[in-house]
Amino acid sequence: MLNLSHISKTFNPGTVNEKRALTDLTLEVKPGDFISIIGANGAGKSTLFNAIAGTFFTDTGAILLDGRDITLLPEHKRAKLIGRLFQDPMRGTAPNMSIEENLALAAGRGGWLSHVSKADKAEFRDRLALLSMGLEDRMQHPVGLLSGGQRQALALMMATVNPPKLLLLDEHTAALDPATAEKVLALTRQIVEDEKLTCLMVTHNMQSALDLGNRTLMMDGGRIIFDVEGEERKKLTVADLLVLFKEAAGKALDNDRMMLGN
Amino acid sequence: MLSILQTALELGLIGSLTVLALFLSYTMLNVCDLSTDGCFTLGAAVGAVVAIAGHPYLSIPAAMGAGVLSGFVTALLQTRMGIDSLLSGIIVNTGLYSINIAVMGGASLLNMNKTETVFTKAKALFTGTALAGMYKTAVALLAVALVIAFLTAFLRTRLGLAIHATGDNPDMVRSSSINPGMTTVVGLCVANSLTALSGCLLAQSQKSVNIDIGSGMVTIALASLLIGRAFAPRGGTARKAVGAVVGAIVFRLVYAVALRLNMPAFMLKLVSSVIVVIAIAGPYLRSRYPELHRRLSHRKGGAQDA
Repeated sequence: MLNLSHISKTFNPGTVNEKRALTDLTLEVKPGDFISIIGANGAGKSTLFNAIAGTFFTDTGAILLDGRDITLLPEHKRAKLIGRLFQDPMRGTAPNMSIEENLALAAGRGGWLSHVSKADKAEFRDRLALLSMGLEDRMQHPVGLLSGGQRQALALMMATVNPPKLLLLDEHTAALDPATAEKVLALTRQIVEDEKLTCLMVTHNMQSALDLGNRTLMMDGGRIIFDVEGEERKKLTVADLLVLFKEAAGKALDNDRMMLGN
Repeated sequence: MLSILQTALELGLIGSLTVLALFLSYTMLNVCDLSTDGCFTLGAAVGAVVAIAGHPYLSIPAAMGAGVLSGFVTALLQTRMGIDSLLSGIIVNTGLYSINIAVMGGASLLNMNKTETVFTKAKALFTGTALAGMYKTAVALLAVALVIAFLTAFLRTRLGLAIHATGDNPDMVRSSSINPGMTTVVGLCVANSLTALSGCLLAQSQKSVNIDIGSGMVTIALASLLIGRAFAPRGGTARKAVGAVVGAIVFRLVYAVALRLNMPAFMLKLVSSVIVVIAIAGPYLRSRYPELHRRLSHRKGGAQDA
């Protein structure tokens, strides 16, 4: 499905600010995998997502998605294959445009000079109704008037309105209050299951790292230091995870947003 | 007095095409296009040369085509060459000065007193009808109506939405699999074609073009746009576009009245600069007022207040 082979990325090479953000990282993601990723601050989690999404090109290595070499494909072209949600709900939506206009752009139906069709509008309404946030009755409202949770739920809709090959979730509930985070997470789980999406999720919540998905990765120093799935993963507790991290990384897991439980 | 009002209306309508261009580039695309002055003159020069050559109708698409080219270069500099968007506009504006003189055959002034233009055509058409005295206003009004209809329809298309979103959140455009560089190019091409149209009509209406015809136009248009915002702060594209046109007319009316009250004509540009400063700095200063208030009361109250 997704193959990363020996990718590396160094920022500001040759300067005092040189930072090796990804170090010879290799990862194979199987179709339908839902992988949670944990790691300390600066472990390279977001850099890994940026590399996959094409925010920058990696210095070395190759990235294959669904058998296609996307190593040097520009970001906006990769976006056809990859949906992405950020921690900041503002990044996924255009605030001065209406909910309908945001969804229409994300859906990208029709030619450049076509208007949003009645059928599309009806479909957007139905999809928004699934969120049960009342957004389906506010289609013409500017997105800037929505709450953070509503914007993130809308961003989730936008990222999945055309089911992507791969969904990248970058701590997408971290900026939300606990109840809203719970709701957005449940929606995510439902959409991923319904559309059978392959998904990578960075989380700061150790418990949801174990509860969600079928495989967990730990990252440190730009490398994957631990990779667990199947029966072995089912038996793990948060406490086990912390011990495993310390064994693999040689230091305690330190993340300023880390939550050990719910 | 009536003729003054009519002149203000006519100049406001013709100038409002530049305001609509900025509505697209400044309000929608969030690019302050400083090539506007040069592009306005380019449209005037190209339109005049083509009209003088005996093609009054062809002068309109010719001027607009020249505007598209100019917008294309400005956009290319900022999307492909790594040049800051303000600087791109300034560079193109400077370059256009030479190009405009070249277009005018090395002269800095062209006279169209005996030239057939879209306005003389309209005058002939309206002779003997009730509109005979209003032919210039009628032509300008027609152009403005067509442009508003076009912009309203265009901004509702997928391409138009993408242009709006590029000014709002380019990250979101990219994640919708659209290249924001492409939308910037298209947006600036369309906007500059309107600026050039505006210049072409102004030159033909005053039957002459000189190299300074567009100077200060970006500030005047920006002032009009910001005045227009006060008339239509909310609502859809059509309403905001009409607001921009009203802003342009109001600006010209106020200017005409000020001239009547013996303000010298050379004050026009200073007035437009001050309006832009007030319109942009006003809301900012108002938002800072609580902080200012706090500073003052703190000084007065001293320790008790702190």
